[in-house]
Amino acid sequence: MPEAVAPETGTHTISLTIDGAERSIIVDPWTTLLDLLRGPLGKTGTKKGCDHGQCGACTVLIDGKRINSCLTLAVMKDGAEITTIEGLATGDDLHPMQQAFVEHDAFQCGYCTPGQICSAVGLVNEGHAHERHEIRELMSGNICRCGAYTNIVDAVQSVLDQTAKAPTP
Amino acid sequence: MMRFSYSRPQTIAEAAAALAADPSAQVIAGGTNLVDLMKYDVTRPGTVIDINGLDLRGIAVDGEGTLHLGALAANADTAYHPDVESGWPLLSSAILAAASAQLRNAATNGGNILQRTRCYYFYDPSTPCNKRRPGSGCGALNGVNRIHAILGESPDCIATHPSDMAVALAALDAVVRVEGPAGERQIPFDDFHRLPGDRPDLDNTMERGEIVTAISVRPQKFGQHHTYLKLRDRQSYAFALVSVAAAIRLEGDTIDELRVALGGVAHKPWRRKDVEGEFAGRPATRQTFEAFAAALLEGATGHGQNDFKLDLAPAPSSVPLSRHTPVPRRISPQRWCSDGPLGFSHRPAPQPRRR
Repeated sequence: MPEAVAPETGTHTISLTIDGAERSIIVDPWTTLLDLLRGPLGKTGTKKGCDHGQCGACTVLIDGKRINSCLTLAVMKDGAEITTIEGLATGDDLHPMQQAFVEHDAFQCGYCTPGQICSAVGLVNEGHAHERHEIRELMSGNICRCGAYTNIVDAVQSVLDQTAKAPTP
Repeated sequence: MMRFSYSRPQTIAEAAAALAADPSAQVIAGGTNLVDLMKYDVTRPGTVIDINGLDLRGIAVDGEGTLHLGALAANADTAYHPDVESGWPLLSSAILAAASAQLRNAATNGGNILQRTRCYYFYDPSTPCNKRRPGSGCGALNGVNRIHAILGESPDCIATHPSDMAVALAALDAVVRVEGPAGERQIPFDDFHRLPGDRPDLDNTMERGEIVTAISVRPQKFGQHHTYLKLRDRQSYAFALVSVAAAIRLEGDTIDELRVALGGVAHKPWRRKDVEGEFAGRPATRQTFEAFAAALLEGATGHGQNDFKLDLAPAPSSVPLSRHTPVPRRISPQRWCSDGPLGFSHRPAPQPRRR
């Protein structure tokens, strides 16, 4: 199909804080956040699976909330704070959710794992899951074709249990 | 994705003017449906108008007890809002039965009711579709139509409306507030979505240039006598094959008021207020509800692969009502799942829970 060229499809300059670093970036309006991360910014930790919001591999946290970066236009997120899988660890110290995925063997091929972990961090932040069936329901936006679900739920449950035990201010 | 220009107006008036001035312009809010449609080349806007700069994120209950949901409030923020959980739990249940946590965080209330059908032919530009390209025909009518309509369809279109939230809003008699170049107006929910007729390209009754600003819902009087039940191919993160938002108020053992809206069966949430009216005053028995379901589904027709919906729809149209009578108590979702008559999957209503 011949590509129609729309008039005045100018670029936009946006400012994003990505994994703690503030960046000023020039984007086309049609660039998704996922393509911006993986392309110009070289942050390939965030994965592209279906590119249609069905698999969850592209899940990142925007201002602390998990979303599908493939269905988000980068230009719409001017000023936002974005956390990807690459921004969760502190130096060599893994984020508790990353550590839990390792300890519970919660992956096989690993392709869905960055999205699973970001989604699980979002789930804990949201505070709506407590029981196992609630974790399963609220992680349903992340598909694992290797079928590591049982261990993924174990990993998320272990972090929830740690969070529940930790003194809250 | 096709190229487009992008603007971010700061007022409703600016946004409405920009939308009215450019026939190729489309509004983006959460983007979870529009970006997907653009990637499939189903929708090719010349300009995308980002309305996220508008002050439409509020969720509030006014002095008369009416709930006002800002068009830009996220589905998740709406479903988990304490006022919505306590006063409009049917709405919370319906929202949380839809999509995934990620999508509910991004998707907005306005966008939810404006989302397009998930008809396979609508989504595939290489096939005919009267909704996507008027006059090109309907691929689904004699094609793959497992997910399609059994009620209110036309020879031109058998698509269904995919929203769960809209089914609850229909049952709750919500009002959609829109604003455009001609000013503000309120559209009763029944009049907001339309049946396809010979214009399946029109999903709703909004005028060009109008933007949804809020959805309002009056206080409901059904106590705990309500259910959102969703039947689907998998237990989470799937569109409804048939869903029902049911609410009932009893006077002793007699039906005082009954509201039932069905999802997954028509081009809009399917409600028959005339039938509901006929059943007020009748005894609240299983037989009555079965008769109600038969009347609600009067005229339903299958198109081949969706014939199973004719058998599937009656039970959810009547069983949730029976479950709320005669003993006035809330049905445990777990109980419903484990020993329900058809093994329905059912998203538990949100329960405030603190550790």
